[in-house]
Amino acid sequence: MGFFLETLIGGLMTGMLYSLVALGFVLIFKASGVFNFAQGAMVLFAALAMARFSAWIPESLGIDSAWLANAIAFFLAGALMFAVAWLIERLVLRHLVNQEGATLLMATLGIAYVLEGVGTSVFGTDVYKIDVGMPKEPVMILEGTFEGGLLINKEDFVAALIAALLVGLLALYFQKTATGRALRAVADDHQAAQSIGIPLNRIWVIVWCVAGLVALVAGVIWGSKLGVQFSLATVALRGLPVVILGGLTSIPGAIIGGLIIGVGEKVSEVYLGPMIGGGIEIWFAYQLALLFLLFRPQGLFGEKIIDRV
Amino acid sequence: MKLGKLALTVSATAVVLSSLLTAPPALAQVKEQFFPVLVYRTGAYAANGSQWANGYVDYLKLVNARGGINGVKISFEECETAYATDRGVECYERLKGKNGGATVFQPLSTGVTFALTEKAPADKIPLITAGYGRSESQNGAVFTWNFPLLGTYWVGAEVAIQHIAKKEGGVAKLKGKKIALVYHDSPYGKEPIPVLQELGKTYGFEVQLLPVAHPGVEQKATWLQIRQQKPDYVLLWGWGVMNSTALREAQATGYPRDKMMGIWWAGAEPDVKDVAEGAKGYSALTLQHGAEPNSKVVKDMLDLVYAKGQGTGPKNEVGQVLYMRGLLSAMLGVEGVRKAQERYGKGKVMSGEQVRWGLENLNLDQKTLDGMGFAGVMRPVQTSCLDHMGSSWVRVHTWNGSKWEFSSDWYQADEKVLRPMVMLASGKYAEEKKLKPRTPDECKL
Repeated sequence: MGFFLETLIGGLMTGMLYSLVALGFVLIFKASGVFNFAQGAMVLFAALAMARFSAWIPESLGIDSAWLANAIAFFLAGALMFAVAWLIERLVLRHLVNQEGATLLMATLGIAYVLEGVGTSVFGTDVYKIDVGMPKEPVMILEGTFEGGLLINKEDFVAALIAALLVGLLALYFQKTATGRALRAVADDHQAAQSIGIPLNRIWVIVWCVAGLVALVAGVIWGSKLGVQFSLATVALRGLPVVILGGLTSIPGAIIGGLIIGVGEKVSEVYLGPMIGGGIEIWFAYQLALLFLLFRPQGLFGEKIIDRV
Repeated sequence: MKLGKLALTVSATAVVLSSLLTAPPALAQVKEQFFPVLVYRTGAYAANGSQWANGYVDYLKLVNARGGINGVKISFEECETAYATDRGVECYERLKGKNGGATVFQPLSTGVTFALTEKAPADKIPLITAGYGRSESQNGAVFTWNFPLLGTYWVGAEVAIQHIAKKEGGVAKLKGKKIALVYHDSPYGKEPIPVLQELGKTYGFEVQLLPVAHPGVEQKATWLQIRQQKPDYVLLWGWGVMNSTALREAQATGYPRDKMMGIWWAGAEPDVKDVAEGAKGYSALTLQHGAEPNSKVVKDMLDLVYAKGQGTGPKNEVGQVLYMRGLLSAMLGVEGVRKAQERYGKGKVMSGEQVRWGLENLNLDQKTLDGMGFAGVMRPVQTSCLDHMGSSWVRVHTWNGSKWEFSSDWYQADEKVLRPMVMLASGKYAEEKKLKPRTPDECKL
C-alpha cells in the first residue's frame, strides 16, 4: 500500500509539471487557434537564456548573491521571451491572419527549428545548470504507518506547488480580466473579434508573451531537475497527450489531463511494465490519449465544435 | 523590389565566389587521406557528441601539424547525424566516395553501426567502433570490416561484474545478490543483457532489467521500482541526459551512488558535473583512459593546435573524458593507415581495403604508445585477422564531486566467458546472412 501511494504521489507531482507544459499549448490555442508546435523549443530557449544569464551576470557584474543573480537572470530571460513573442508576431503571424490551421501549424514548426538553432548557437550545446535553490534530497513521512515510510521528492513537491500556483493565476486571468475575454474572443473568430475593435496583433503579442512566460517557468523547473540541454525541447512532447486528453481549449482540462497522464504512466510502468518488458510509460500516455479521442474527440473538457454546412 | 534583387544577386555571387575560393584543387584532394567524420553536435545527445567530435577532429589536425601520416596530410569533413540512424546512413552514403574515397567510418552510434555493418563490406570501407557497436563483431572471421577496438559492451558487462565481485570479496559472494540494469531502450542499451544473464546463472545473482525510453528524461517510475526492489547494485547503461537524470533520481529516492556503476558512455563530465555533489561516489568503467589533462598528447594538442588558434572546441574541455575518447578513436584510425603504409607504400594514400589490412595488423606496443604521448593513458593494442578488438583493458573511475579519479587497478575481460559467446553469436549472424567465415589461411593473403 505504501509503495502504491508513493507511485500515486509521484505520478500526481509529475502530472502537475506536465500540466504546466500543456498550459503553453492551451494558452496559444485558446487565444489564436494555433496549435503551437514551438512550445518545446520555447521552453528550451527560455531555460538556456536563464542558465546562461545566471552564469554570466555574477561574472560580469561581480554579484555574489546567487538569489539576486537568479532574479536578474529571470527578468532578462523574461524580457528576451517577450522580444521573441513580438518578433514571432511581426515576422510570422501578422502575415498569416485568417489562414488555414494547417498553415499556422507549419509556421510554428518553422519557429521551433529557428528557436532551437538560434538558442543552441548563441548559448551553446553544453549541459548548463540552473540552481534556484530547489531541495534535492528526499523526505520520508508516515514512517510509523508504512514500512520504510513514504518517500516524497521535495524538489517535485515544490515544483508542483509552483506549477499549481501559475496554473491558478492564469485561469483567473483568462476568466476574470477584460484582456482574457478578448483573448477568448479572438480564438473563436479572428474576423468577428476584429470587427468589434479587438486589436488582433496586440492580442497575439500578449498571448505569445504569456506563453513565453509559462515556457520560462517550465524551463526553470525542468532545467533545475534535468539540467539545461537540448532534451528539454522534448519535454513539451509530454504535454501533447495531456492536451489531447484534457481538451485543447480548457485550462482545467490541462490540469486534470496532466494529473491523469502523470498517474497513468507511473502506475502503468510500475505495475504493467514488468509484465511486458518495461519502458512503456511514454507510449502508454499516448495510448491513453488515443482511447479518449475515440470516445471524446474534443477531450475531457474541450469545446465540442459544431460547424454549419 | 530592387533592393531584393540586389540582395539576391550579391548573395548568389558570394556563394559562387566562396565555393571557388574554398574548394581545394582536385590534385590536392587525391594526395590527402580522407576521413569522413560522423558527428552529432545537435539534438538530444549534443553535449556528449560534441566533445567526442572535438577530440576526433583535433587529433586529425594534430597529425597534420606533426607532418601528416608519413607525409600524407589528412583531409576531413563532418556530417551531422543528430544520433539518428537514418541520418547516419545518409551521411555515410554522402561521404563514402568523396575526396578519393573514405578511409574509415566511426559512427559513434550502435544503431548506425548496425545499419552500416551490411553496407561496409560492399563498399570496402572499415568501420571502427571503439567501445560500442555489435559485441560479436570482435570475430573478424565473420565481421570482416567491423573493428570494435579496445572493448565491447560485453567486455564492459563482464568487467563490471568482476569489479562488483572484488568489492564483495569474491565471486562466491555474488550468490543471492540483486543487480539491476537501468538501460537505454535501444540496441546500445540491450547489448550487455546476454552477458549479465549468463554470469547471473553462473554465479547465482539475479539480474533485474529496467529499460528507459529515449531520451531518458523521465525515470521516476524506474527509480520507484529500484526503491521497492532494493537491488544491491545498479548498472547504468545510458547516454546523454539519461545519465544525469538517473543520478538525480537516485539522489531523490535515496539510492546510494557508491552502489551505482556506469558503462564508459555513462562516465564523463557532462553526465555528472551538473549533479556535482549529488553524484559523489558514483563510479563508471573507463575504456582504458579517463580524463587525461596532464598527458603528453594533450600538451602537444595545446601547443601545436590550440596555441595557433586552430582548436575545434573550448580549450578547457581538452583532456576531458569524451574528448579523449574521440581523440583515441581518431588515433586508432590514423594508426591503421600508418600500418597499411608499411605494407603498401609509405607516403601513399591508402584505400579502405588497405586500411582494413592495417587495422587487422595493428600492433601498438607500450613503447610506441608512450612515444605518441599516450603514456599512462592506454595499454597496448594488438589485433589480428580473427580478433578485431585488440585489447580489453578496463579501469574504474569515481566522481569525487568535482572531478573523475581512478579508483581501481586494471582489469582485463575474461576471454573464457566471452569468447564462446562471441563465437556463438557471430556464427548465428554468419548463418543468418549466409556468410562464409574467413579461415586463418585466408587471413594470410
